[in-house]
Amino acid sequence: MYNVRLFARARDLAGSDTVAISLNENGTVADIRAALTEKFPMLQPLLPRCAVAIDSDFATDQQIVPPNAVLAIIPPVSGG
Amino acid sequence: MILLTRDPIDAAALTESVRSPHCGAVVTFLGTVRDLTGEQVTVALDYEAYPEMALRKLEEIEAETSRRWPCGSISLVHRLGRLEVGEISVAVAVSCPHRSQAFDACRFAIDRLKELVPIWKRENWSDGRTEWVHPGLPGEAPATFPGQAT
Repeated sequence: MYNVRLFARARDLAGSDTVAISLNENGTVADIRAALTEKFPMLQPLLPRCAVAIDSDFATDQQIVPPNAVLAIIPPVSGG
Repeated sequence: MILLTRDPIDAAALTESVRSPHCGAVVTFLGTVRDLTGEQVTVALDYEAYPEMALRKLEEIEAETSRRWPCGSISLVHRLGRLEVGEISVAVAVSCPHRSQAFDACRFAIDRLKELVPIWKRENWSDGRTEWVHPGLPGEAPATFPGQAT
């Protein structure tokens, strides 16, 4: 079980700043996206435009999620 | 100096903090809350960050800028929380031996910040509506991320 942190519109859509998802061993970032879309269909319109962060760094869809990783969904940023 | 803060940004102190006897040029960029987006009127902006990652990305930008230009010192500060029109939301101060280096380094640092650092603003429009700003979503300017699904 992984906790995934959500921010900005992603958090508003899910109604929570952290959501829990299950992932098989050696699951990838693409699997995170699929699990989130299945469990939280309201995220579906935004998720393809979001980056996924593993341990505070941008991850590619092919990357394998390590055990105990800190996961976050990063909608398009608008600082400044 | 790298900082996320809920307190007002002191631009003069920030500029002073990067001055150095070896640097003949200091450039400070300030981002401030603008009242108009097209015809829509902003009353205030709410800024939020993923703080752990934002600090890490700001440190990476500081290091990357220092690798590319002979910077004496770099400060990157972003404000969080509610900001009224006219307040400073972000400040970047850079010192270098010469002015062309300082201008280029400061421009690079603020551009990278806006591209990479996980901070978001929410518009509070004058008609009472609120709206997260996510560039690249329908109706907004394009944006890309490293690692983003295409």
